[in-house]
Amino acid sequence: MNTVFKNETFRDDFTYRNTPQAIQRFPLPFPEDSYMYSVNIEPHLPGPRGSVTEFAFDVDEHYVAECRERAIVLATEPLRYQALPHMLSSQWDCLELIMDSLARDYPAHFSLSKQGNRWHWVNRPLQIDQQFTFGDTSTLPRQPLDYITRQAQGDFVVMDQREGDLWTEAGMVTTQADWSLDFDVGMTFKEWHGPVPLAHELQVFDRALKFLLNLRLGQPVRRLNWTMTVNPRLDTSPENYPHWGTDRASVTPQNAGDRVHLRVELQGLWRLPRSNAIVFGIRCYLISLRELSTVPKWARRVHRVLKELHPALVDYKGLTRYRDAAVAWLAPFDDGSPTTPGTAPE
Amino acid sequence: MNDAQTITVQVVGIEQVTPLIKHFKLAPVAGGSLPVFSGGSHIIVVMQRTDRVHKNPYSLLSSPSQLDAYEIGVRRMEESRGGSHFMHDAVKVGSRLEIAHPVNLFALDKIARKHVLIAGGIGITPFLAQLEDLHDGSVPYELHYSVRSAEHAAFLERLRRREGDKIHMYYDDAGLTIPYQELLAAQPLGTHVYVCGPAGMIKHVIGTAQTWGWPDSHIHWEQFSAPPVGDAFEVFLARSKVSVHVPPDQSLLESIEAAGVEVPYLCRGGVCGFCHTKVLELDGELVHNDHFLSEAEKAKGKSIMPCVSRAQGKRLVLDL
Ligand code: FES
Repeated sequence: MNTVFKNETFRDDFTYRNTPQAIQRFPLPFPEDSYMYSVNIEPHLPGPRGSVTEFAFDVDEHYVAECRERAIVLATEPLRYQALPHMLSSQWDCLELIMDSLARDYPAHFSLSKQGNRWHWVNRPLQIDQQFTFGDTSTLPRQPLDYITRQAQGDFVVMDQREGDLWTEAGMVTTQADWSLDFDVGMTFKEWHGPVPLAHELQVFDRALKFLLNLRLGQPVRRLNWTMTVNPRLDTSPENYPHWGTDRASVTPQNAGDRVHLRVELQGLWRLPRSNAIVFGIRCYLISLRELSTVPKWARRVHRVLKELHPALVDYKGLTRYRDAAVAWLAPFDDGSPTTPGTAPE
Repeated sequence: MNDAQTITVQVVGIEQVTPLIKHFKLAPVAGGSLPVFSGGSHIIVVMQRTDRVHKNPYSLLSSPSQLDAYEIGVRRMEESRGGSHFMHDAVKVGSRLEIAHPVNLFALDKIARKHVLIAGGIGITPFLAQLEDLHDGSVPYELHYSVRSAEHAAFLERLRRREGDKIHMYYDDAGLTIPYQELLAAQPLGTHVYVCGPAGMIKHVIGTAQTWGWPDSHIHWEQFSAPPVGDAFEVFLARSKVSVHVPPDQSLLESIEAAGVEVPYLCRGGVCGFCHTKVLELDGELVHNDHFLSEAEKAKGKSIMPCVSRAQGKRLVLDL
C-alpha cells in the first residue's frame, strides 16, 4: 500500500481533511436509518481489502500527523500516559502485539526482526530505528507501552482482569472524546462505562463484561462507537473543555458542513498472552458533514439518524447545542428516497 | 466458532508419572512456537475417536516461556466418559491432536501481597505453570500439595528442584492433611488463596476461608467439572430442525456437535457462559451442573449450559 502521509493539524488552524479515498473507506457506524445504543461486538476478523478493518491496526494517511498530535499533547500533559507498576508485563504484551501487526501488515513502512530477545524495530514514516531487548525496559527510551503507542494511531487502555472485573490500569489517552485516562485509572469496567444512558436498562454492560472476561487469546473483537465533534479536534478531553467547549456554540446551519464532524471510534479488544490483561484500542476517525455529503446515501442516512436520535442520547453525546444546525445543513441532501441496507457508500 | 482456530499438535513425549497420571508433551506440527500464555491457563484438547469426539480441558503445566511444546497432565478418571481413557490408551508418541488457544480462568492476582496455593492430586498442574511467574520472588508464596501417597505425588521432583522449602507435602497414607484452619486463619492482609483439586477440597477451602472472613475476591478455585454421566434423553433443536439422542456417557454439547450443529464454547466446564442456550420447551426437569447461571435462572428453567448440564424427562426443545 502506498499511503501518502499528510501534513495536517488537529488544533489551531485545523487543516485536517480526508482525501476522496479516505472518505470512501470511512467506517460509517449506521447500518440503517435509525440508531439505538447497543454493544454490537463482533470478531475482529480481517475486513475487505482497503477497509479500515483489513488489518489488526489500521494505518492510514493521517498516521504521521496523529503521532505528531500525540507528542504535542504529551509535551504539556505527560499524565496522558500512565501505567501502574503491576502492568509491566501487559506493556510488553502490547508492544509485541503492535509491532508484530504493523511489521506483518505494512512491510513497506515497518519492520521487526527478532533474534531471541534481541529485537530490531524500524518505523520508516517516523524515522525510528531501535534495537532493544524484549523484556528489559532499560533498553528502550521509554516504558514499552509509552514507547509503542507514540507510534500508533488511537488511544490504548489496558485492563487488568481480577475479582471478576476489569480494571483500567495503564493507558495512552490523548485523542479521547470527552473522557480521559487521568480520570479513569483504577476504575472498574462498569464505573468506566457507567454513565451511558439507557445502557444500564438494557443490561448491556453486564453482558459485555461477562463477554470480555472470557475474551480469548487470538480471537480479538471490535465494535464501532460514535459521537460528533466540532472542528477536527482529536483531543476533546474533559481537562481541556475550556478550549473546545465553546466551539459548540459557534455552529450555525451555514457553517455546520465544515465545522461539524462525525467522530467514529473503531474499538478493538485483544486478550494479552503473558499478563492475561486486555488491551482496548480506540481508534478515532473524523469526517466533516461536507465530506460525508459527497456520498449521497450517507448524507441521507446521517440526516435521518440525527433527526430521530433519542433525546437522552443527544444529550449524552453532547450534541444538544448543534444537532439542529447539523440536521438543517444535511436536510437538502435528503430527498426522502430510500437507502440501501448496510454501510457501503452505495 | 472455535474449531477453525485450533492448532494441530503432535505428541512428542509421554511419561507415566504416577500410577494414574500421564504427562504429555505437545509440539506444533507446523513447527515454530505455540502462543504465549500465562500461568493457570488451560487448553481444550480435541480427541477424534472413531465413534465420537471428546473435547476436554487440561491445564498447561509447562513454563509460560517454553513455547516449543506445551505440557499437560492427564489423570485416568475412574468414571470417565472416555476422554481420559482415550488419552491414556489410544494416544501414543507421534499421535496428532487438535488444541484450542490457551484460556486463563485461573490467573494469579497481580496485586496480591502473598499467594497461598493449595493443590490436591492432579490439581497440581495449573500451579506448575503459575510458579514460573512467581519465581522473580517479588511476592511471597507457599504451596501446599496433598496426595494419596508418595507414589501419587506427580511432578514432585520437578517442584522440589525449583521450589525447595516453599513446598509443603501432605500424604494421606501417613495421616497428614493440610491444616486448613491454621493456614487460612493467619495470613497477612492482601493474601490470595488458590485451590485446585477434588470437589471436596475446593469446597472445604472456600468454606474455611469464608469463615475466617476472607473476601470472595481473594479466594480462587478451579475445577473443570467433567460433564456428569446421567440418563439418556432426547432433545429437539428448533432452528436446525433435528432430533438428537443424548446417551448417558455423552454430554449434551457433545451430542449436539455430533449432530453437526455448532454451539459456541470456551471452557466446556460450566464456568465461562459461552454455551448458554435458550430452552424453548420442557416437559421434565433440567439438571444444571454449571457454575454460570444464577440460582434464580436455574430455577426458571429457561436456559441451560449444555457443556455440563443435562435434562431428565420427556421433551426438551432448544433454540439452536
Ligand atoms: S462452554 Fe463454558 S459454560 Fe459451557
